[in-house]
Amino acid sequence: MHELSLIQDALRVATESARRAGADRVLGLRLRVGMMSGVVPEALQFAFELVCRGTLAEGATLEIESVPMVCWCGTCEAEFVCEDYLNECPRCHGLSGDLRRGRELEVASVKVA
Amino acid sequence: MCQECGCGLPREVSIHGPASGGMTSPVPQPSHVSERDSASATAAAAPHAHDAADHQHAPRTLDLNRSLLEKNDRLAERNRGYFRAKRLLVLNVLSAPGSGKTTFIQKTAELLAGQCRLGVIVGDLATDNDANRLRAAGLPVVQITTGTVCHLDAEMVARAANQLELDSLDLLIIENVGNLVCPAAYDLGEDLRVVLLSVTEGEDKPLKYPPLFHSANVAIVTKADLATVTGWNRDLALANLRRVSHHAAVFELSARSGDGMQAWRRFLLQARDALTAGQR
Repeated sequence: MHELSLIQDALRVATESARRAGADRVLGLRLRVGMMSGVVPEALQFAFELVCRGTLAEGATLEIESVPMVCWCGTCEAEFVCEDYLNECPRCHGLSGDLRRGRELEVASVKVA
Repeated sequence: MCQECGCGLPREVSIHGPASGGMTSPVPQPSHVSERDSASATAAAAPHAHDAADHQHAPRTLDLNRSLLEKNDRLAERNRGYFRAKRLLVLNVLSAPGSGKTTFIQKTAELLAGQCRLGVIVGDLATDNDANRLRAAGLPVVQITTGTVCHLDAEMVARAANQLELDSLDLLIIENVGNLVCPAAYDLGEDLRVVLLSVTEGEDKPLKYPPLFHSANVAIVTKADLATVTGWNRDLALANLRRVSHHAAVFELSARSGDGMQAWRRFLLQARDALTAGQR
């Protein structure tokens, strides 16, 4: 993944929201990153420090909320968490391609002052 | 991953249309580059004036819940609507470098000659070699040279599609940049996502790159003519593929020898007919 360009987008969203809210500074950013998003959290952290320099968000913290991969099993009519990227329902052992969560790549919230 | 390939660094994307004969057209920078600039610009802007002495800002949290792929997803939906209106079946072909995307597309075009009019958009970091190969086969082709960007996005595809005469086509194939990671996240507005896995790559590839294989509508095992030479464990590979892409239609074929290509041709024509029938 292109973590650098993604974090630039996240910073843009954060700074624009801060300014709209009449704030001078961005103190922290909370991202929601799905297990199936293809994004490496360490690379986001690394890129974040870099892109924040000289901006409203200089010195801001980055929190990453990891979202597990969750599928829907049509047989059991229930959701299940996939720990291993494979889509096997732990109850009936059927396979499911119906991904309900896990592709998220979102700015959850931003802390401003 | 893109720390290695340098994706995200500012570089020009160039698009070479069929009519321009390979000329570079002046093209704006990729969207995320300009967004980066606007982020810097935002940051560089002067802070707002504090007219009251007691004016102070207490820390507070703004709930945003904004998707970072929102813009691409919106543009992809726009592409999809546009392609639908043009009655085009659109494929996004993805694989690792060297799985045989270009040969596969070339042979698909040969098989469909006279039944289905095909146009191609090709993405690569550099060179227009693939476009030239496909043009030599008589296809209308637009090459997107991404510079350092390791995937195509919906905006690049929209610009490239403008250089094709879409009204004279039935099928548009987008050959994505050879990469099993980054393109997974980018919807281009396609109808079908086609992922290739060649027998030279190892049977566990779907397990190693689940986001991309999971997103496939069609999974194709290519270079099947080399299976014996490479010691390809077919059962294991298909079992792995069905675990991750089990909702996908699976084909095994060799574009070079032609084995298995007829089943693929029938599938494509059915998909095209289903699309146009649904619009009547």
